[in-house]
Amino acid sequence: MASEPTFLTERPREGPEEDLERDLHTEHQILNMGPSHPATHGTVKFTVELDGETVVDLDVAVGYLHRGFEKECESGTWYQAIPYTDRLNYNSSILANVGYCMAVEKLLGLETPKRCQWLRVLASELARLADHLTRCGAACLEMQAMTPFIYGIEARELVWDLCEMLCGARLTSNYVRIGGVKHGLPKEFSRICRANLEKIRVLLADFDSVVTQNRIFVDRLKGTGILSKEDCIRYSLTGPLLRAAGVPLDVRKAEPYLVYDQIDFDVPIGEVGDNYDRYLVCVEEMQQSLRIVEQCLERLEDLGDGPVNVDDPRVRWPAKGRVFNHMEELIQQFKAVTEGPRVPAGEGYLAIESANGELGFYLVSDGSAVPYKVRCRPPSLINLAPLPLMVRGSLLADIIPTFDFVNMIGGECDR
Amino acid sequence: MGDRSSSGLEDHGSTALRRLVEALPEALESSHAQHGDVTVRVTAGRIQDVLRFLRDDADCEFEMLSDLTAVDYLGETPRFEVVYHLYSVTKNQRVRIKARVPEEPCEIATACDLWPSANWLEREVWDLYGIRFQGHPDLRRLLLYEEFEGHPLRKDYPKERRQPLVGPRN
Repeated sequence: MASEPTFLTERPREGPEEDLERDLHTEHQILNMGPSHPATHGTVKFTVELDGETVVDLDVAVGYLHRGFEKECESGTWYQAIPYTDRLNYNSSILANVGYCMAVEKLLGLETPKRCQWLRVLASELARLADHLTRCGAACLEMQAMTPFIYGIEARELVWDLCEMLCGARLTSNYVRIGGVKHGLPKEFSRICRANLEKIRVLLADFDSVVTQNRIFVDRLKGTGILSKEDCIRYSLTGPLLRAAGVPLDVRKAEPYLVYDQIDFDVPIGEVGDNYDRYLVCVEEMQQSLRIVEQCLERLEDLGDGPVNVDDPRVRWPAKGRVFNHMEELIQQFKAVTEGPRVPAGEGYLAIESANGELGFYLVSDGSAVPYKVRCRPPSLINLAPLPLMVRGSLLADIIPTFDFVNMIGGECDR
Repeated sequence: MGDRSSSGLEDHGSTALRRLVEALPEALESSHAQHGDVTVRVTAGRIQDVLRFLRDDADCEFEMLSDLTAVDYLGETPRFEVVYHLYSVTKNQRVRIKARVPEEPCEIATACDLWPSANWLEREVWDLYGIRFQGHPDLRRLLLYEEFEGHPLRKDYPKERRQPLVGPRN
């Protein structure tokens, strides 16, 4: 005969005093976030150690998008590396084009024509604008705010329309050449650009009115992800993250390249270095980029028609009309396409200010037509390294906005 | 390849280099300023002393380790070269420090205790070049996975090499 069933509630309990005194067993929880998490844009894996909802520690695993950028560059000509640089930071590919080509020009000792330099600045600032719009828009999206994301993306579409006019492509621009650019401004570009800038200003104002004073947004950004000025410098942070902590360091001002010394623009800085300061710095940088683009348009109109490529047979091809009618130019074109330029032996490092910070290229040449070493200093990777320091002790939900404003771009971080 | 163009220990008009020549002359091997980049090659064994001096000296103040990478000069001895790019925020100047590392033992002292940013950069160099950083707190691969065989940025690593399939781990 079966024994009488005993219900849990009927089992003898321990005394109430003991119940209160007993230490409840608790342990830290390990949570895996990623590598493909809907609230992180970028393929990255966090292993989060949680005490309740508080982050005790965080391990970041990168490399999911590693394509062997440096190895591929070492097997083609100097020219063949340019399309690879498009795929570093795919939000602002022109900036990587500019950085790489300027580094090669440094080794070659080339000085590009004025018109080319203004065009490069124009294209760079459009790319920076697109990058910041993505960062701020996507940050809102990941904090469940769909509307500002749409405003940001609409503005980015306007920027990409301009990029398409200028380069023929929206994302993979491939616009800059060693010693020049692909071509000058297309017809009607100035008019359409000015019209689009006005539309972007309106969208930015809309974005600002929905987001900047929004209670939810401010609560989630203010005081989260703080990194002090000293820590930023120890961790080699650059770009908006460093400036949000109050260090007015911008490569465009510190070591002016191209024609940035002739342009009137300001470098915004923050105070405490939290996510809200980072957001404000990005918003202000977009306004400054709009100013720079307008100045570039004016200057390019003043400069009129002129060469956009350096007149150097080592790197630029002869005019098509001459190639088809003259033997020497045909041979030169053939050699330039099949072999590519030879870069004198040596080494050089060149840094530009990309949307994420200092984007540097360290090139080593052995005198041949193939790069010996192409090192890209990726701001995304270096900016991501102190993420555990930024979120330790804060809530799990704070990882999302902090990671958004670090703006790690997988293509550039993992190369 | 960078050092062939010049040798000797001129300061190339750089205060940092002049201070370095005064303070640690025995640790320096050669210098050049090709394309305006001040570069010093130092003895690998003294790398920490040189980097510490450049960071702490009042005339240098290189608070930032901008970049750290390596180059494989296959066929030369010593084979590898570790390259440090330093930047001074206060003085707005740069310097490049290089140190040669032999194939065996393929190691150099870490810079992690000077700049925490060296942590990931050294992990990347270990991952791609196989150079060990002595004293590194956590020398794991950074971009590739633990089962990867070899170090792909070495010049004797063929681009087409296939990696063994890694099965599920239980």
